[in-house]
Amino acid sequence: MPGYSDPGFDTLALHAGAAPDPATGARAVPIHLTTSFVFESTDQAASLFNLERAGHVYSRISNPTNAVLEQRIAALEGGIGAIATASGQAALHLAITTLMGAGSHIVASSALYGGSHNLLHYTLRRFGIDTTFVKPGDLQAWRDAVQPNTKLFFGETVGNPGMDVLDLAAVSQIAHQAGVPLLVDATLTSPWLMKPLAHGADLVVHSATKFLSGHGTVIGGLVVDGGSFDWSGPHTQGKFEELTQAYAGFHNMVFTEESTVGAFLLRARREGLRDFGACMSPHTAWLILQGIETLPLRMARHVSNTEKVVSYLAAHAMVSRVGHPMLESHPSHALAKQLLPRGAGSVFSFDIRGTRQQGRAFIEALQVFSHLANVGDCRSLVIHPASTTHFRVDDETLKASGIGPGTVRLSIGLEDPDDLIDDLKRALKAAEKAAPAAGGAA
Amino acid sequence: MIYTVQGAPLYVYTGGKAVDVSKPTAVFIHGVLNDHSVWILQTRYFANHGWNVLALDLPGHGRSGGKAPASVQEAARSVIALLDAAGVDKAILIGHSFGSLIAMHAAAEHPERVSQLVMVGTAYPMRVSPALLENSISNPSKAIDMVNVFSHSTLAPPPSALGPGTWLLGGSKALMRRILASNPNENVFNIGFKACDQYDQGETDMAKVLCATLFLLGSKDQMTPPKAAQSLIQQARDGRVALVKAGHQLMVEAPEESLAALIAFCKK
Repeated sequence: MPGYSDPGFDTLALHAGAAPDPATGARAVPIHLTTSFVFESTDQAASLFNLERAGHVYSRISNPTNAVLEQRIAALEGGIGAIATASGQAALHLAITTLMGAGSHIVASSALYGGSHNLLHYTLRRFGIDTTFVKPGDLQAWRDAVQPNTKLFFGETVGNPGMDVLDLAAVSQIAHQAGVPLLVDATLTSPWLMKPLAHGADLVVHSATKFLSGHGTVIGGLVVDGGSFDWSGPHTQGKFEELTQAYAGFHNMVFTEESTVGAFLLRARREGLRDFGACMSPHTAWLILQGIETLPLRMARHVSNTEKVVSYLAAHAMVSRVGHPMLESHPSHALAKQLLPRGAGSVFSFDIRGTRQQGRAFIEALQVFSHLANVGDCRSLVIHPASTTHFRVDDETLKASGIGPGTVRLSIGLEDPDDLIDDLKRALKAAEKAAPAAGGAA
Repeated sequence: MIYTVQGAPLYVYTGGKAVDVSKPTAVFIHGVLNDHSVWILQTRYFANHGWNVLALDLPGHGRSGGKAPASVQEAARSVIALLDAAGVDKAILIGHSFGSLIAMHAAAEHPERVSQLVMVGTAYPMRVSPALLENSISNPSKAIDMVNVFSHSTLAPPPSALGPGTWLLGGSKALMRRILASNPNENVFNIGFKACDQYDQGETDMAKVLCATLFLLGSKDQMTPPKAAQSLIQQARDGRVALVKAGHQLMVEAPEESLAALIAFCKK
């Protein structure tokens, strides 16, 4: 390993986890599309199954291509390891179900991606896991929501799409006082904008579908463990039995005894991936690795393009509000300056003055922006959250998430910024023309 | 498993098995600011292949109570006291870095209690730079970073301690931070470094070791490069050397090669 200090972000984005293939000399990471791996002997097979040796057995549990991706994201986040999953939703599910079962409770931010809200509010309740939602900036609400059976705090680094910045230091402190870890979804920031583990978070999940992949081609998720949370520490009061007591489902292993800092990952892989099976395809892992190799370059461009678009929209007469923390008007402006000095990301919302019909006219007039349900693509994207991503969220909850019926969400891509602004200018003009005649507009 | 050793609780990982005195016993001794978990793969293999395993957290480290040993000699006394507490007459002692000096001194002082000696990532003298000693007190976080960079040789290690997907540099740092925090009464980082730096009985101790000794060394080790073990190797009565392509944390960076060398030596 070169140098006398930790390698920098850009170096890790290219090299962490990957060396030339010893069998072929291939410099790029090979795609290991194989279900299983031949054992050298019966003894080696038994040792692999019994965690006496480290290696690959079956690609639902681990795969060499996926392992490179897992090491790379762990390196970029400053974690101890990671697990690749079939989607971001699978990553969140794996993190939660590794830590708790029926009768448990989560305290979560109310400013969540709609899919995460669905999982917590509807689906997990059906399995006996209850969630209390709190406004992410209301620290007393986080404190007050803690119950004896609380096992986890959960929020997004930057909420989707209101861009509420989570006060990681303050919320993690409350979580740790309550003896529980803080899990954050860092999809919208990526480790290039912020490393949540360095600010107090204990676990991180990503929808790698977004900026990590970066090209809108694959669905994937990642769970990263910071190795910081002491599952058997004095504040936990024995509430993490899944990690601190013998697990009959895997050789009666006590995960916290096997690994002082890696108990979560041990159980997540050996139970969660094994039994729920939401693993990532090696081909998907390879595509996400391709994306990560240029993450620093892409994120810098996402941010600079966003700054130009936000400035343009904020000055436009047809725009009543732009919800980006780079603006002093945003409630998270000060926190974003502190936690996100490189920028608060490129997914944000704004409100068009006028009617719903004008909003529709705006979206339909766009030519460069693609109207679809995704963010973090290299192409610029647009969507109307109230009728799509947050369709099942009621009005009150929608409001709590910072979304109005006429809110438009943008994900700024890597195009020439002048072309993006021209596209928005044309669409805003179309919205203006769509104003009802009775209102006096031309 | 918790043993009471020298009046304090001493945590020992056994692979989940009770000690059976009819089996051979292997004692695993970690280095500075580490604990038993650095041996996770090797200890599980030994525990399931006919050995008793006693992988301790040194006193004052991790799950063990008591005062952190301020010298190699003091730590070696704890190891022998552990054998007494576990009812083990004779054992293989396997130590890494600081732990290798502890194992050697225990073997020198109590040759009748040690059947074989394995010194992993070792050197003599085991000098610690003034910058590291100073930073271990004034800026432990920086010192942890420095140690980790020098202890690992690759950004692309093979599947390791936690299995595929493990980022060893992050894991080693997290463990060091946890062990440092585990003892609010003493700076076990500085105490361990000073014990290594001040130990001055290497050659006389090695001359007193009667059993076979394996020097398991990392060819890319920048903390204790193989050449720094030469004086001990030359002094060893029955010394063998196994060189694996890895850095100082070779048990986790080259777990297969390290295990193969241990098995080959310990089965003799």
